[in-house]
Amino acid sequence: MNPGQIAVVVIVCYLALLLGLGLFSSRFFKGTAADYFLASRGIGSFLLLMSLFGTTMTAFALVGSSGEAFNAGIGVYGKMASWSGIIHSACFFLIGIRLWSLGKRHGYVTQIQFFRDRFESDKLGLMLFPILVGLVIPYLLIGVISAGIVVESVTAGAFPSLFPNEEVARLNGSVPYALGAAVVCFVVMVYVFFGGVRGTAWANAFQTIVFMVLGCVAFFAIADELGGPAKATALVREYNPSRLKSEATTADTEVYERQMAAWEADRNKAVIKPQEPHSIPRLGYLTYLFIPLSVAMFPHLFQHWLTAKSAKSFRLSIVAHPLMIMIVWVPCVMIGVWATSAIVGGKPVIPPDFPNANAVLAIMVKKLTSPLLGGFLVAGILAAIMSSLDSQFLCIGSIFTNDIVAHYFTRDQLSDKQRVLYGRVFVVVIVVVTYLIAVTFRSRGVFPMAVWCFSGFASLFPLVFAALYWRRVTKAGAYACVLATAITWSWLFAKSGFGANRAFLFMEMMPVATIFGASTLALVVVSLVTKPPSSRTIEKFFGKGGA
Amino acid sequence: MRRLVFGLIVVLAVLHQDYWWWDSIDPLVLGFIPIGLAYHAGVSVVAALLWAMAIKYCWPDHLEDDMESGGTT
Repeated sequence: MNPGQIAVVVIVCYLALLLGLGLFSSRFFKGTAADYFLASRGIGSFLLLMSLFGTTMTAFALVGSSGEAFNAGIGVYGKMASWSGIIHSACFFLIGIRLWSLGKRHGYVTQIQFFRDRFESDKLGLMLFPILVGLVIPYLLIGVISAGIVVESVTAGAFPSLFPNEEVARLNGSVPYALGAAVVCFVVMVYVFFGGVRGTAWANAFQTIVFMVLGCVAFFAIADELGGPAKATALVREYNPSRLKSEATTADTEVYERQMAAWEADRNKAVIKPQEPHSIPRLGYLTYLFIPLSVAMFPHLFQHWLTAKSAKSFRLSIVAHPLMIMIVWVPCVMIGVWATSAIVGGKPVIPPDFPNANAVLAIMVKKLTSPLLGGFLVAGILAAIMSSLDSQFLCIGSIFTNDIVAHYFTRDQLSDKQRVLYGRVFVVVIVVVTYLIAVTFRSRGVFPMAVWCFSGFASLFPLVFAALYWRRVTKAGAYACVLATAITWSWLFAKSGFGANRAFLFMEMMPVATIFGASTLALVVVSLVTKPPSSRTIEKFFGKGGA
Repeated sequence: MRRLVFGLIVVLAVLHQDYWWWDSIDPLVLGFIPIGLAYHAGVSVVAALLWAMAIKYCWPDHLEDDMESGGTT
């Protein structure tokens, strides 16, 4: 078997296993809407941890982290991962547990139900609906497009007679993008369709274990092949020392100029073409802290929170989440940094001027480990993609069923069976529509949207925080917050060339800082000058002493 | 204790801005991890410890008490 065929076998086995697990979970399905959408609020600590972690960590945790480290050095861990470790847990502790409690008490299934009730406004739901769905859709597309691209690139050469590709020689014989994406969508759809949120929780637990273990195995295998981790780091110090720190110095520039001169004088002898020294902007680094606040407003995470058996089920997630981020990110960041200067057999592992940083992890694994491990790594990448996709598909199905059909068309008179049926139909429709968009517009142009989606959700953080902790927040304040977010977000998004400028900063800060500031200001000022909520609502959400 | 724990979490967020070895590689922890990365791995570990303290000393018991006394499913 050639490496492409080995990858196909591993992927097929992995997907079959996942499908079996999803179908098995459906044997526990009780036939009720509460069970389909919320697993009868019976998910324990371990499954909650795994499903929350699997949902928040996308493929970016594996391929994006190594790619970012390849381009910008070790500082990406502090900028992206350690902030997330602190802030995600804060959101679980301060937001998740309270929403779980209110959800259980008042029977909420979606965020929109909660906000409608809390702000005594039906129309706020209508305003939030397109925003929340609109922010999740690019996120879904990124997952489906990534899955298709990953399958296509790693199965190259597998079936040259079945899938000839004369246009792109390197992809000759690979499983076509549309087919790879279709199979992944189908698998996710089947286990979400039959298993509901319990199916996604089980699948996420399995997939989270897969991608965590594979990240660590890849790290040790690559380190070994490079002559040990110390030698791999020593090579980076020799050729690209700025990648081992957050800010480049004049000494780094001198090393760069010396190595570049050597490279230009004799490319065979110099081996590695150095990369330009890179510094992480300090204000950008600080203001990145706003991005992880997005988890407080993710509709798919809201749904997972409501599945918890008790408030105590959150404890493991709150403590273990930062550690799990560390376990996944540190090895991937080191692999990305080593890739800048890795030499095997007198040749660079990554070719000079390599443009696609996100492919660095796959290349390191392919060139430095066995085809079997390469196949497993692909399974790990697919696991990371699918463990987010499944929750997003289900939550959109849930929003359409509960917030639109049940609320507006049947005045909340749907039976349990009808709700499950609608939920399943919407899951199928959303998967099919997402797939068709992903195949029609197959474009990497959607990838920069990720940080903008996160920025949008993060900027709505003040809304959920105030809803839970500030009795004086008003309906008008909530509208103002959502409007301010939408306007500021759109303005800055246009300013960035609609996401084209990936390094876009506003006043040297992440754009989310400005959007967050505007949404908070609008929420506070408008709330203070408008009529406070009714005492009935205050009592409902803050207890009798709150009125 | 509650204030202390949340205060420590704020301190951790401040210490997250590790500008003092922003441009340093050494010491290499375990012989291969630059200090900037090792420090932030440590930040993740300390975050886990502080959240464990928050669970022990700042747990919102009233939410569970409320559920037991009158919650619905």
